[in-house]
Amino acid sequence: MKKKVLTVDDSRTIRNMLLVTLNNAGFETIQAEDGVEGLEVLEDANPDVIVTDINMPRLDGFGFIEGVRKNEKYRAIPILVLTTESDAEKKNRARQAGATGWIVKPFDPTKLIDAIERVTA
Amino acid sequence: MDMNEIKEIFFQECEEQLAELESGLLRLNDGDRDPETVNAVFRAVHSIKGGAGAFALDDLVSFAHVFETTLDCVRSNKLEPTQDVLKVMLKSADVLADLTNVARDGGSVDQARSAQLIRELEALAKGEAPPAAEAPAPKAATPKAASAPKPAPVAAAAAPNDEGFVPVAFSFDDFGGEEEAAIEHPAYEVIFKPKSELYTKGNEATLLLRDLSRLGEMSIHCNMDSLPPLDQMDPEAAYFSWKVSIKTDRGEDAIRSVFEFAEWDCELELIAADAGEGADGETEELPMQPVPFDLSALDEEPHAPLGVVEEEEQIAAAQAVTAAQTASNVVQMAANASRAAAADKGAAAAAAAQNNAQQASAAGQTIRVDLDRVDRLINLVGELVINQAMLSQSVIENDSNGVSSINMGLEELQQLTREIQDSVMAIRAQPVKPVFQRMARTVREIADITGKSVRLVTEGENTEVDKTVIDKLAEPLTHMIRNAVDHGLEMPEKRLAAGKSVEGTVKLTAKHRSGRIVIELSDDGAGINREKVRQKAIDNDLIAADANLSDEEIDNLIFHAGFSTADKVSDLSGRGVGMDVVKRSIQALGGRINISSKPGQGSVFTMSLPLTLAVLDGMVVTVAGQTLVVPLTAIVETLQPDAAAIHSFGATQRLISIRNSFCPLVDVGRILNFRATQANPVEGVALLVESEGGGQRALMVDAIQGQRQVVIKSLEANYTHVPGIAAATILGDGRVALILDVDAVVAASRGQPLHLETSLAAAG
Repeated sequence: MKKKVLTVDDSRTIRNMLLVTLNNAGFETIQAEDGVEGLEVLEDANPDVIVTDINMPRLDGFGFIEGVRKNEKYRAIPILVLTTESDAEKKNRARQAGATGWIVKPFDPTKLIDAIERVTA
Repeated sequence: MDMNEIKEIFFQECEEQLAELESGLLRLNDGDRDPETVNAVFRAVHSIKGGAGAFALDDLVSFAHVFETTLDCVRSNKLEPTQDVLKVMLKSADVLADLTNVARDGGSVDQARSAQLIRELEALAKGEAPPAAEAPAPKAATPKAASAPKPAPVAAAAAPNDEGFVPVAFSFDDFGGEEEAAIEHPAYEVIFKPKSELYTKGNEATLLLRDLSRLGEMSIHCNMDSLPPLDQMDPEAAYFSWKVSIKTDRGEDAIRSVFEFAEWDCELELIAADAGEGADGETEELPMQPVPFDLSALDEEPHAPLGVVEEEEQIAAAQAVTAAQTASNVVQMAANASRAAAADKGAAAAAAAQNNAQQASAAGQTIRVDLDRVDRLINLVGELVINQAMLSQSVIENDSNGVSSINMGLEELQQLTREIQDSVMAIRAQPVKPVFQRMARTVREIADITGKSVRLVTEGENTEVDKTVIDKLAEPLTHMIRNAVDHGLEMPEKRLAAGKSVEGTVKLTAKHRSGRIVIELSDDGAGINREKVRQKAIDNDLIAADANLSDEEIDNLIFHAGFSTADKVSDLSGRGVGMDVVKRSIQALGGRINISSKPGQGSVFTMSLPLTLAVLDGMVVTVAGQTLVVPLTAIVETLQPDAAAIHSFGATQRLISIRNSFCPLVDVGRILNFRATQANPVEGVALLVESEGGGQRALMVDAIQGQRQVVIKSLEANYTHVPGIAAATILGDGRVALILDVDAVVAASRGQPLHLETSLAAAG
């Protein structure tokens, strides 16, 4: 069975890159445009792993991660954060919100897939 | 979808983000201090940077990065967004736009300008933000108190920041000779003791160990000593630790990177095997049993989040834990638990999913559609309108009763067709906002060049109009704005002397008025210097030296070809483009432009444009047996001339007296060469039209057939340009009718030959 990835990113460019990369690697991809939409589609999408951006309108990545962790069913789902630099402060905040790991942008397909494989069975 | 398509999307997105950026900065400039505005501005730059990074657009990335850093200072209240700061930022937004364009279309940017802005941005970021303030807060870097039963103080202290893993001397004596005897690669000992947080953050000890196993040959020992009796066990706590001996040539860094995501949430000790030799027997406190590690079992198991354990299943899970002998047992247990949990929650999840779907569809959504598709639809609807009209006509001709069910059905069809047409037109309608925003940049640039201080105020930027109109509006508007700032506004010292504020205001407004869009551009400058304009017109032989002109007529002289009042040709107006070109492009859109000016108070340019170029409300008239359509917007009134009101003037000219004023009579049939002799005005109908320059003319036609909306078909596209004719349309009876170019006909009546330029070139 294909693994399902939920990606949350407000940039159409990044969403498309994620989509292409993940589909090529054999994942099923569900996409949301911000944290609010991400939480809305969460139950429906029932993903195996989540990849989320930090800077987003309405609800940012930190809020989104906290929201996911509050959900009984998804409180232990792997969540990877997309960050632009290896910004220590941001990484820390994401971790404290409950992020599992991170991917530094601009990601290359190998980095992305490696990180996902590292956190999913 | 390939990378090129994604790149295309990226540039589209850039345009949106740049618009967002600019409007956000302008709001900040107007004193808006909403944090969300600052966030939106930051996000716009951040997004551009992110995408640009993916395509290795380095110039764009590095400029966006500096810009973003400065914006971040504003966001975190380290930098007050004063007018001066925003001035730099608005310029930076312009440069960012230039860099984006260059990245897309090639070419080059003004390197000096961007380098200068980078320096200014960096200075802003530095000036207000001491380096110390940028260091991460110490609190954020402090590891959480470990809730694992046996926290090792040494390891916890060894991770004060995200990179700060400090290897701790570790002794072992259980692992000795036999592994080392077989060394081909350096051997390492890894002690990995997860805390509960590791699991709550979605990491998995088993997955990390699996990852580790890919580095080289390894053996794993699981320590289950801390496992409490069942009744004291917290099913979500971490009780196991692993001791791994691994031989790898990938080095310590590779091993550490496996635990990159987990390093805060576990105790990790990594020792090169030889470094540990000779140390004393700490492992006696942690006696370990060799555990067979079955990797294939791991791979076969479905993903099993340990945290997902329902109350009921806790017991089962706990029993499983008690029975656990190997690492793979743990995986099995969790898998069972999650399967049970999934089954329990199935129904609830389905219901929730439905809810979510409804919520999602309720939110406002947009789709992006290729413009070609919309145009094709509009074209087809145009054909539908014509076809429907033809059908109606032939039914009326064949059905003398007039009141049949077919007729009623046709009326409904007509209604529906009209509605479909309106809806389709609405798809093409777009707010004028993007064009208005571009004007903000024009104003800034010209203000810089001229040394004037200018504020642009926009109103009604959400007014919608056909996309074609918007696209063609930018150029004339840009030129008018240049004029308004360059010629309209006075220099600061002059303004002060006149008792005005130093900062001049240029106002751009858009509104709908009776089925057209009206765009007004006003300035609070000196107004038109009528003396100067008049003198210039006399010098250029535009008017006679003794001509008696009203103020309005003088003002409108500036629309004449080649007219310029600037004493010297400046950078801006020296481009050979005059207001006559502006006027012609507005007319090409089926629009009109007027100016009104008050000395000392400024000028107002008013443009009135059709909302769409695809349809037109017209008056269908007969001229010498031909059917013509006159755009309704041009017609002021229609009248039946009285023989007494017609006066001859010169050899061929005739005037009509309307309410005590004389108005030249223009025989359309003569001008278009439909007939050789002038028609008798008393037998026809006069259409009073307003033509360029505000003057009125009475167009003579033979009869009025009626008013209707017609679909514009371009003559240029299908045939060739015909002087005096703007476009064509197809009437209900299937015949082609020509749409009259009123201004061209009026100009021709003044003795000017029919020009090719004056036409509704864009029609259809």
